[in-house]
Amino acid sequence: MATGVVARRLYRFPGGVHPEGHKSVSTATPIAEMPLLPRYVVPLRQHIGEPASPVVQPGDRVLRGQLIGRPEGYVSVGVHAPTSGRVLAVEMRPVPHPSGLMDLCVVIEADGEDRAVEPTPLDWHRMDASALRNRLREMGLAGLGGAVFPSFIKLNPGAKRQIPILILNGAECEPWITCDDMLMRERASEILMGAQVMRHMLCAEEVLVGIEDNKPEALACMAEAAAGSDVEVVAVPTVYPGGGGKQLTYTLTGRVTPSKGLTTDVGVQVFNVGTAYSLYRAVHLGEPLVSRVVTVTGHVGSPRSLEVRLGSPIAEVIGAAGGALPGATGEVIGGPMMGFDLHDASAPVTKAVNCILVKNAEHFPPKPPPLPCIRCGECARACPAELQPYELYWYARHRDFGKTQSYSLFDCIECGCCSYVCPSHIPLVDFYRFAKSEIWAREREKQAADLARERHEFRSYRLAREKQEKAERLAKKASERLESGAVANDDPEAARKKAILAAAIERAKQARAAVQPKNVDDLPADKQREIDAIEARRQQHASAAQTSDT
Amino acid sequence: MLSAILVMSGLAVVLGGVLGWAAIRFRVEEDPLVEKIDAILPQTQCGQCGYPGCKPYAEAIAKGEADINRCPPGGEEGIRRLAELLGVEPKPLGEGLTHKPKSVAVIDENLCIGCTLCIQACPVDAIVGAAKQMHTVVPELCTGCELCVQPCPVDCIHMEVIKENITTWKWRYPVLALKKVA
Repeated sequence: MATGVVARRLYRFPGGVHPEGHKSVSTATPIAEMPLLPRYVVPLRQHIGEPASPVVQPGDRVLRGQLIGRPEGYVSVGVHAPTSGRVLAVEMRPVPHPSGLMDLCVVIEADGEDRAVEPTPLDWHRMDASALRNRLREMGLAGLGGAVFPSFIKLNPGAKRQIPILILNGAECEPWITCDDMLMRERASEILMGAQVMRHMLCAEEVLVGIEDNKPEALACMAEAAAGSDVEVVAVPTVYPGGGGKQLTYTLTGRVTPSKGLTTDVGVQVFNVGTAYSLYRAVHLGEPLVSRVVTVTGHVGSPRSLEVRLGSPIAEVIGAAGGALPGATGEVIGGPMMGFDLHDASAPVTKAVNCILVKNAEHFPPKPPPLPCIRCGECARACPAELQPYELYWYARHRDFGKTQSYSLFDCIECGCCSYVCPSHIPLVDFYRFAKSEIWAREREKQAADLARERHEFRSYRLAREKQEKAERLAKKASERLESGAVANDDPEAARKKAILAAAIERAKQARAAVQPKNVDDLPADKQREIDAIEARRQQHASAAQTSDT
Repeated sequence: MLSAILVMSGLAVVLGGVLGWAAIRFRVEEDPLVEKIDAILPQTQCGQCGYPGCKPYAEAIAKGEADINRCPPGGEEGIRRLAELLGVEPKPLGEGLTHKPKSVAVIDENLCIGCTLCIQACPVDAIVGAAKQMHTVVPELCTGCELCVQPCPVDCIHMEVIKENITTWKWRYPVLALKKVA
């Protein structure tokens, strides 16, 4: 074991599997920066929660680090321009998402100058805690381990300040992925500087760095950087999913996160090492989150980790790693256990993309057709959340969602251990994801129905009330008139009004009579005769009508 | 023997009295079955069932006056859940009724003359506007009942099917490949 690595009592979480690592494939070359691209497509939804709302329009000039998407709602963070240039469009574009659907993106044409906005390092020691969190929210900080949860929320210690332990997650348990490994090897002291800010914000007493023991170089670099401080760098055994937040918490502290709970319920907050690094850049250098380290590996020319600007098309990133070799059969975003197939390689790198894995037939053979569940229980032994995957599968398959919830479906972290060990090759996790999204959809529908019911009931009540009020008003008026009618004759005010009205009607009548048609002056004699005849007939008719009336 | 009969019948009378008193004292005003049925109905308030809203339809079902297959927005899933609740067999949607994908009403704001007829028709007050002013639909509140479409004198309201986006997208039911037999 590397010098400086702290030996600590470790706990072994239940279940887990040992898939082949394939880590050395992409660790031979140091992190390289992607060359500047002519065009970037920056999605406004790169984090969990509400998408950012665009604050730029086509034609606007932007600088690197300039805010282009303002956080909207509480669970949201800002989005920034990855380079200087001109905004071409704000439109729907393909994004890396399992659905393959499009989402709102800002398309930026780079001007090649890569000018940045004036960086403003933060005085984090003296700054007010809430102001500091708000700055980090604006600067777009979100967890880079894969869940992309807004960091400023996790950095709020709460009113009770009961988060004594801060864990930096450098376990990186998923096969093939090495971006955290490379980051720890090359930028260990910066990561720890970020961790100091986290510790300050959380008022944490202890800082632990958990790194799987298949990364001796990263362990050595982190231990060297941590020498002289009280940060403990701990080697944890290599077991998938040892990098899950709850699993790493248990491994390092023995604290068990309750069902449906968070690690903060047991006084532990976990951050990915990449998040700590981006926090360092935000606080010490004043740079918002505009790039991240991405591993490009698998069936490519030169597998490696690259520092990629957010918004770079994935096809270009694969190209920068030597391009896909002949025989490639598609791309996976994330690792083979939890990742998803990419639908469109023009989709950009987002804050959530930690690995682009190009598949081939050798490492990713087509899955054999699933066979019936034989209830062998392998999945239950492999499950790190201590669930009963075969029961969950049974109920999810039969759409009995109430039962899946009573079997703690929402404690499933979708790590894929059950599918990995299943001798019948059943895509178990796909069933759990299906059940979860159905339950969420029903919850949304129920909320909409409750709102509609409430509004309909209020409307019915309002209509009834209006009707009643109108009836009351009319009744009141009628009774008033009845009362006033008796005294109207001897009311001088009413008589005066009546006289004014009569006079006005008389005036109007006279005015109408006085008006003469203007086109009948100076008429020839025959026309005049014709008109006179018509007038005579009209008089005759009028008198006839009058006599018949009487 | 006689004492046993007396004790048992005495107990029966006393307990019967207590139950009878409790039934009057703790009477539930609203029929709980109506609430349960109403909770399953989609609250579109469209009136396609022939009743002036979801609650009246729920009441009619509870009384046994209406069939469970009269609600097109609820669809098959709604009928299945009603059948489950009432302990009857599910059946296909009633004659002349068709389930449509969920949509929202959209007002063409260039054509709207501000007559307020749609506002009066909307069962959930999802349309805002005033006389001789342009009206607009609040899409988050619209239930897609289509009641505003017909009253419009200038035909400026149309229904738009809600498209799936990343927030409303659902993982599909996994399709299992069948095993090839020789």
